[in-house]
Amino acid sequence: MASGTLPSVAEHPQVTAFKRRQKVKRGALVLIALAFSALVMGVPVAAIFARAFQEGVAVYWTNIVEPDTLYAIWLTVLTALIVLPINIVYGVAVAWLITRYRFPGRRVLLTIIELPFSISPIVAGLCYLLIYGGTSVIGSWADEWNIQLMFNLTGIVLVSLFVTCPFVARELIPLMQVSGKDQEEAALTLGATGWQTFRHVTLPNIRWALLYGAILANARVMGEFGAVSVVSGNIRGETMTLPLQVQLLYDDYNATGAFAAATVLTLIAVITLVLRSLIEARHPHRH
Amino acid sequence: MALHIEDITKFYGTNQVLDQVNLSMQDGEFIALLGPSGSGKTSLLRIIAGLQFADGGRLSFDGEDITGVDARLRRFGMVFQSYALFEHMSVVDNVAFGLKMRPRANRPNKGEISDRVRKLLDMAEISELGERFPSQLSGGQRQRVALTRALAIEPRLLLLDEPFSALDTKVRKGLRGALRDLQKKVGIGAILVTHDQEEAFEIADRIAIMADGKIQQFDTPNNLLRSPATPFVSEFLEGMGSYHAAGAGI
Repeated sequence: MASGTLPSVAEHPQVTAFKRRQKVKRGALVLIALAFSALVMGVPVAAIFARAFQEGVAVYWTNIVEPDTLYAIWLTVLTALIVLPINIVYGVAVAWLITRYRFPGRRVLLTIIELPFSISPIVAGLCYLLIYGGTSVIGSWADEWNIQLMFNLTGIVLVSLFVTCPFVARELIPLMQVSGKDQEEAALTLGATGWQTFRHVTLPNIRWALLYGAILANARVMGEFGAVSVVSGNIRGETMTLPLQVQLLYDDYNATGAFAAATVLTLIAVITLVLRSLIEARHPHRH
Repeated sequence: MALHIEDITKFYGTNQVLDQVNLSMQDGEFIALLGPSGSGKTSLLRIIAGLQFADGGRLSFDGEDITGVDARLRRFGMVFQSYALFEHMSVVDNVAFGLKMRPRANRPNKGEISDRVRKLLDMAEISELGERFPSQLSGGQRQRVALTRALAIEPRLLLLDEPFSALDTKVRKGLRGALRDLQKKVGIGAILVTHDQEEAFEIADRIAIMADGKIQQFDTPNNLLRSPATPFVSEFLEGMGSYHAAGAGI
């Protein structure tokens, strides 16, 4: 290209050799990256669908509408519907607190928020069992009021809250740190109440990051296995979320059923990815 | 007596930023708080605005004690150093914000709001920018929008936190005059925080020179030059004498 427009400039042979070496190196890296990604991610994901549809669309569909599987889908959606709003409110509140106020324990809070990311979900599940189970102080106290905390929806929701609580806050904190409180203070001097300021100034500024965090949290709620497995008690047709149902079907030697259910989870993952990249494309500066 | 500042004291932790500051300004007067960075001038302005509260002392406006009154109830229009425009709103919506946020009982209706916004934009000579968003404006235009937005609430006092510092020198000089004209037209008092001597001398009726959390001297530009009260003032204003003598001032 350059040689066409600037014919008089002759490239130094060393530069030509350097460029060639760069090209080879880059080509090799691209090849490795693509091959590795295909092997590690592409092929397994394709295999899920291949196995699920192996016996035809009709068999796939009967497996999906199997009452226990349908119930598992419903339970998973219900859990997400309960967990996400709480998560969003918590995330906004914590991000607000951390970016707008200085208080003792602020650094500790900032660190604790990250805890669910670094702790193994199964350990989290066991902790919840220990604290809220029937033999614990809280568990037996709740039991007196005929409230069961573990081995039911409550347990699943509690532990899902634990594993997802960082998502929204983590997206919001860096954004709210950068955007600062100038706009909020301006709103106050213009006569807006705290709520009006939040509703008309803060929220519009953080809405994309909020949505982004919520989508990630949603994917995690719907896909969580370890923690939920411990506290759900694995009661068939009662406390089986979709990931647990996949495991159950597989253990029952119903591989087609397991993979059919797995396609639903995979679909959720794909939708999550698409929404994520849509948000990133629309608001590149936010992420 | 419009604004009366009495013994205002402020600490950040153990660090004292304001040390018993006293200052009184007349109705419609334009005052500058002038001083190097760290002198406490911005803290004082924020306390006047109600965005921070003093640890000691008293603030009153037209006889009303406002020391502990919420910023939103003070009705002091503020222009921030960063302008703090609402990035997700058009210029019209930015200017209308204060009116729209009023309690229903004394909120003008939609037609009245848009009329008033229109008039304000005309007055600030930015009527052609109404539909633009802050990201589509130049620095000077942003400053005008910020000022117009502050004036829209019919403020009792105008507070200006280094409103020219983000602008290049040429734009700056033009806007100084425009700001002063607008303030006179509206007829309200204004307090300008700045570290730029020339700016303070050109625009203000009286200047409070601040250092180390205290007001060193509060007087008209001429008196400051003629009889500086402390060595700090004379040193700080060094060079301004020749500026004045050259007739470039007010």
